[in-house]
Amino acid sequence: MDRIEGLAKLTGAERYVDDLPLDGMLWGMTVRSPAPRGRVTGVHFGSGVDWSEFVVVDHHDIPGDNTVLLIETDQPLLAGEYVRHAEEPIALVAHRSREMVRRAIREIEVTIDPDPPIFDFTAEPTQDQIQHGSDNALKRIDITKGDVDAALVRAARVVEGEYRTGSQEHVYLENQGMIAWEEDGVLVIKGSLQCPFYVLKAAVRALGRDSDHVRIVQTPTGGGFGGKEEYPSMIALHAALLALKAEQPVRIIYDRGEDMRATTKRHPSLVRHRTGVDGDGRLVAQDIDVALDGGAYVTLSPVVLSRGVIHAAGPYACDNVRIRGRAMLTNSPPHGAFRGFGAPQTHFANERHMDVIAATIGIDPDEFRRRNLIVDGQTTATGQRITDGTDRVALLDHALELSSYHERQDKHRSLNASHPYLRRGIGLAAFHHGAGFTGSGEVMLASELHLAGLPDGRIEVLSANIEMGQGTLTVFTKLVCDRLGLRPEHVVIADADTGRVPDSGPTVASRTTMVVGRLVDDSDTGDRVTQAIIDWHVERDEPLVGHAKYEPPPGIEWDETTYTGDAYATYGWATYVAEVEVDLRTYTARVTDFVAVQDVGTVLHETLARGQIQGGVVQAIGWALTEECAWSNGVMQNNQLTNYIIPTSDDVPPIRVSFVENPFAHGPHGAKGLGELPMDGPAPAIANAVARAIDADPRAIPLTPEHLMDLLSNGR
Amino acid sequence: MPTTLAEALEIQRDEDATPMAGGTDLLVHWPEQLELHDRDYLDLWGIDELRRIEWSDDTLELGALTTYWDVITDAKIGAAFPLLVDAARQIGAVQIQSRGTWAGNIANGSPAADGVPVLMAYGASVVIASHDKHRQVPLERFYAGYKEMDLAPDELIVAIRIPNRTYRHERFIKVGSRRAQAIAKVGAALVSNGSGWRVVASSVAPTIRRCPTIEAQISDGEPLSSPDDLLPAIRADVSPIDDLRSTAAYRERVMSRVLYYAIEEMSHR
Amino acid sequence: MDADANMPPMSRPPIEVPFTLNGMEVTVSIDPAERLLDTLRYRLGMTGSKEGCGEGECGACTVHVDDIPVNSCLIPTYQVRNAQVRTIESIDPSDVGALLSSGATQCGACTPGVVMTAVWVREHPELLETHTLRELMAGNLCRCTGYDGIIDGVRRSLDEGQP
Ligand SMILES: Cc1cc2nc3c(=O)[nH]c(=O)nc-3n(C[C@H](O)[C@H](O)[C@H](O)COP(=O)(O)OP(=O)(O)OC[C@H]3O[C@@H](n4cnc5c(N)ncnc54)[C@H](O)[C@@H]3O)c2cc1C
Ligand code: FES
Ligand code: FES
Repeated sequence: MDRIEGLAKLTGAERYVDDLPLDGMLWGMTVRSPAPRGRVTGVHFGSGVDWSEFVVVDHHDIPGDNTVLLIETDQPLLAGEYVRHAEEPIALVAHRSREMVRRAIREIEVTIDPDPPIFDFTAEPTQDQIQHGSDNALKRIDITKGDVDAALVRAARVVEGEYRTGSQEHVYLENQGMIAWEEDGVLVIKGSLQCPFYVLKAAVRALGRDSDHVRIVQTPTGGGFGGKEEYPSMIALHAALLALKAEQPVRIIYDRGEDMRATTKRHPSLVRHRTGVDGDGRLVAQDIDVALDGGAYVTLSPVVLSRGVIHAAGPYACDNVRIRGRAMLTNSPPHGAFRGFGAPQTHFANERHMDVIAATIGIDPDEFRRRNLIVDGQTTATGQRITDGTDRVALLDHALELSSYHERQDKHRSLNASHPYLRRGIGLAAFHHGAGFTGSGEVMLASELHLAGLPDGRIEVLSANIEMGQGTLTVFTKLVCDRLGLRPEHVVIADADTGRVPDSGPTVASRTTMVVGRLVDDSDTGDRVTQAIIDWHVERDEPLVGHAKYEPPPGIEWDETTYTGDAYATYGWATYVAEVEVDLRTYTARVTDFVAVQDVGTVLHETLARGQIQGGVVQAIGWALTEECAWSNGVMQNNQLTNYIIPTSDDVPPIRVSFVENPFAHGPHGAKGLGELPMDGPAPAIANAVARAIDADPRAIPLTPEHLMDLLSNGR
Repeated sequence: MPTTLAEALEIQRDEDATPMAGGTDLLVHWPEQLELHDRDYLDLWGIDELRRIEWSDDTLELGALTTYWDVITDAKIGAAFPLLVDAARQIGAVQIQSRGTWAGNIANGSPAADGVPVLMAYGASVVIASHDKHRQVPLERFYAGYKEMDLAPDELIVAIRIPNRTYRHERFIKVGSRRAQAIAKVGAALVSNGSGWRVVASSVAPTIRRCPTIEAQISDGEPLSSPDDLLPAIRADVSPIDDLRSTAAYRERVMSRVLYYAIEEMSHR
Repeated sequence: MDADANMPPMSRPPIEVPFTLNGMEVTVSIDPAERLLDTLRYRLGMTGSKEGCGEGECGACTVHVDDIPVNSCLIPTYQVRNAQVRTIESIDPSDVGALLSSGATQCGACTPGVVMTAVWVREHPELLETHTLRELMAGNLCRCTGYDGIIDGVRRSLDEGQP
C-alpha cells in the first residue's frame, strides 16, 4: 500500500493551513518583547499609522485566564506586566492586508524596564536571577538503583566525563500557522498542529468557553518533530483572540524568521558521568548528572527531562545507578518537545562516554559494549526487568558486519597514516528508546479510539492522532484493512477535529503507531464486512460506532514518585555505525556511510518505516555536525535557513537501514514505535567516528569546523 | 519595462531606479524588506541583447544577463575557463544558478561572492555603460570598500570581458558550511601561467581582492614547507572578521591550509 | 476565493503581466512588488507551490520558468511576462508513481518543489552526464525523508522512463 495522501502531496493538491481560502479574512501578527527579562512599562503605538483600521489585542482582551495551559500555567498567552524572554508575545495586530500589518507592527514600540537575565543553565543563579522556586529548577527527577557510592569505591577504574549538546531548531518545512473564526457560536481553530486536545484544553482555560463551543481541527501538517506539540496552542489562541475581537476570520502564518526566533527548540544539555568498571570491563556504577536548559517557562520540560533521565544510563546492565536530573530556567524562549525528548541528549553523553571508558581501560568500544549490553533477565536503571527476547549483542554484531566495521578500521589506519589531509574514522552507538508514553502516562491519558461504519459500507477511523508526515493515515488504514480484510478505499480516516474524534492522546513519541494502532487492532468492530455495515444502516437509523480504550499490557508497574519500575511497556533497541571523513584543510567532518540497525518489533510498512529512520538520521547528522543556534541576549541570531545549516541531499550519504524484527506482543501486529530511535544514535556514533579519525576527544556537539579546529589546536 | 539597452540607459539617466537582474540577491526575505517595496526598479530581464555570449580572438565577453547555468552548460567556456564552471556549480543550487547573473554577483558587492574571485583571477574587466558613454574597468580595481564600487547611479554593467589566455594551473576553492546552498566562509581563486601566480581571496576582507604578498611569496619565494609559512602574507593581504558564519581565526587558518595544499598539489602535477 | 484579501493594498499602481501558465495564456493585474509565488498562491489560488523560507534556500516554491527550475519566491512577477511558467498543478498523478512508491514524500511541505526539480531532471537525463542526482536536487531541502526516498524515486522514474 502506498502512502494514502501521497498523491495529493505529490501533485500539490493537499491543502495546508496557508492554502485555505477564507472570505474577508484578516492577517494577524504578533508584537514581541525586545528584551529577555523585565517589566513591561509601555506599548507605544506610532502616530504614523491609522490604528482604527487595525484590530489590536492585548492581555486585557483575554476572556479567561491569561495562560497557555499545559503542565503548568506559568506561561502567559500575552505578557501583560512582565516578560521572561525576548520575542515573548505581548500584543496582536490584524488587518486585511499582510503588508499593512507588517508595516504597522514596526510602528509599535514596547519598552521594558530590564531585570538581570540568566542564560547559562549550568551556572548557579545569583539571587536576583531567581525566577522560579528557590533555585530556578523547573523540575528535578532522580533515579536510584543500588548503592553507587559504595560501588564506585570498589570499582577497578572510575572514569569521568562531561558532555554537551546544543539547541536544535526543528525546521519543519511548513512554518507554524493557524486560522480561527466563529461559526454559530462555536469558535473554530484550524491549523498545523500535533496535539488537537492540548489546544482544546488551553482554549477552554484561556477563552473561558466550554469545550462544546470550541473546535480544534488539524490541517495537513507539514512536519512537526515535536515543534508543533506545544507552541501551536499559543498561535491558535492568538488567532482566536483576534478573530473574536474582529468578528472576522483571522489567519496567523509565521514566516521562517519569526518561526525560528520565537518558537521552541531542542533543550541544550550538560551531562556528567562518573562510571565505575571492574577488572573485566563490566559496569559496576553509573553516576549521572543531567542538566537541561528549559528556557523561560515550564512548558514540556518535565517530560523532556523525564525521558532524558530514563534513557541516561543507556541499554546497559549495571547494578548501581544514580541519575540526578534537573531542567533549569533561563531567559531564552522555552525549549520544547523535539523528536527523542531528552533521550538524544543523554544518549549522546552516554555513548560518547562508553568510548571514552573503553579507550581509558584499553578495550575495543564494540567489545566493551558487548560485555555490558542488557541480556534478558537483567534490569534497566529504573529496575525494569527486560524479557523481550531481543538479542542486543547479535544486533550490535549485525550492525558491525553490515558496516564492515573492522575491515574499515584497517583501511582507515593506512589512509590516515599516508594522506596529507584526509582522515577517516568509524564509530558506533548502541542505544534504546522506550515506546509510547512513560510509565503510567498512557493510563492517565486514557486513549480512546472510535471506528464507525458509514452508510456506504466504509469504515471510518476517528482518532485524534494526526498525520504530520510519519504515515499515521497509511498505517491506520493498513491496520484496519489487514484486520477486516478490506481494501484501502473502504477505509476513511476522519480529520483530527476535536468536535468529532475522541481524545486518543497527543501524537508524540511515535506512540501513535504502537498504542493507537493497537487500539485499531483491538477495536470491537470485529470482522464485520462491508455488507454487514450497509445492512445495519438499512435496518436501523442509528450510527454504528465501536469504541476502544487503551489497556496497558498486563504486569506493568511504575512508581512515579520514586521513578522505579517499568518506565515503558517496551523498548526499541538499536546499534548505529557512522563512517566519517575529516578534511584537515578545512576541519570539516562529513558522514560518508551510515548503517542503522534496529529492533522495532514488527515493521508495519517497510517504506514508511525506512523513511522515518532515514529522515531522523539525517536530522541527527545535522544536529551532530552543522546545526548550531547562535544566541545573543536570548535571541537566535541565525534565524534564516542560509545561516542555520541543515543538510542538503548532497551533504549526506544514503542511509542504510536494517530492521531486526522481534514482535512485541502488545503492539499492533507486534509493532513498537520507531520515530525517535534515529534521533538518538547518530550524534554519538559520529562523534566517536570523528574521535577515531583525528585522534581527538570531542565532548560537545555540534562538531562544526570552527569547533573542530579549536579542538585540534587545544591539544586534544 | 525596457527591451533594449538604449531604453534602459535612458531610464537610468532620468530616474532613480535600482537595476533588477535575476533578483536572487534583491528578493531575499522580500516580504520583510518593506522599505524596498516602494522603490522603482529597472527590470533588465527583458533585454535580450544583454544575454549575448561572444568570443573574439583574445576575449570572451559575457553579457550582463549571463547566468551561472548558461556557463555551466556551455562546453566551450568550460574548456577555456574551467574555474567559471567550478564556481558556478558551487553557487546556491540549480534554482539559483538558473537565475543568478555574473553581473549581479559583481554589482551586489558581497565580499563572499563566488563569481567575482574567478573572474578576477582570470583578469576580467567590467564593461560599463551610461546613456552617453562606455567604459571598461578591471574587476580588481572595481571595489573601493565594503559594498563600495566604481559604478555611478546612471550606469549599468553591460558585460564582463575576460582575456582569453591559457594557464598552466588554475584552481577555485570554496569553503562553505555545506556542499550546496552555502555562502563562502573562505574562498580563493588561483591561476598561474607558469611564470607567476594571481591569487584572489574572498570572505576574508571587506572586498574580494588580489593578494599581492601571497602572489609574490609563491611566485618567487622559497618553497613552502607548511601552511603556516603563508600566514604572514595572508595577514598582510587580508583582514578576516568574526561573523555569524565563522570566525576570524578559522578564516585565517583555513585560508593558509587550503592555499598551501592547492599549491602543493598543482606544483606536483 | 476572495483573492485580493491576501494581497497588499494597491498603494502602488497595478501593472498587467501576460504569461503562459501551465500551457494557458493568462494576464494578471498585480502589485509591482509582488513575487511570482504570491501571484500564484494568493492571486491565482494555485497553492501547490509552498513558501518554506522566502530566501531562496529551501526550494519549496520551485516552478519552471522557460523550462528551468527557479525559486518563485525570488522572482518579481513582472519578470515572467511572456514567459512559460509551469507549476506543480500541471503534474498528473500518473507522472509521480515512482516518487510515491519510493517514499519521496512524507509531510509533503517540500514535495511540490521536489517534484518540479525531479520532473525537470527526468526530462533532461543528459544532465546526469555532468551532475549527480544529489547535486541536482540540493536546492530542495527536505527535513523528513533524509533524501533517500527522493533520490531513489527520481532514479526509478529515470529508469522507468516516467517522470
Ligand atoms: C539561496 C541563495 C544562494 C546563493 N548562493 C550564492 C553562492 O553560493 N555564491 C554567491 O556568490 N552568491 C550566492 N547567492 C547570491 C546571488 O545569487 C548572486 O550574487 C547572484 O549572482 C546575483 O545575481 P542576480 O542577477 O540575481 O542579482 P540581482 O538580485 O538582480 O541584483 C543584485 C545587485 O546587483 C545589481 N545589478 C544587477 N545587475 C546589474 C547590472 N547589469 N548593472 C548594474 N547593477 C546590477 C542590482 O541592482 C542589485 O543591487 C545566493 C543567493 C541565494 C538566494
Ligand atoms: S520559499 Fe522559495 S526557496 Fe524557500
Ligand atoms: S517531506 Fe517533509 S520536508 Fe520533505
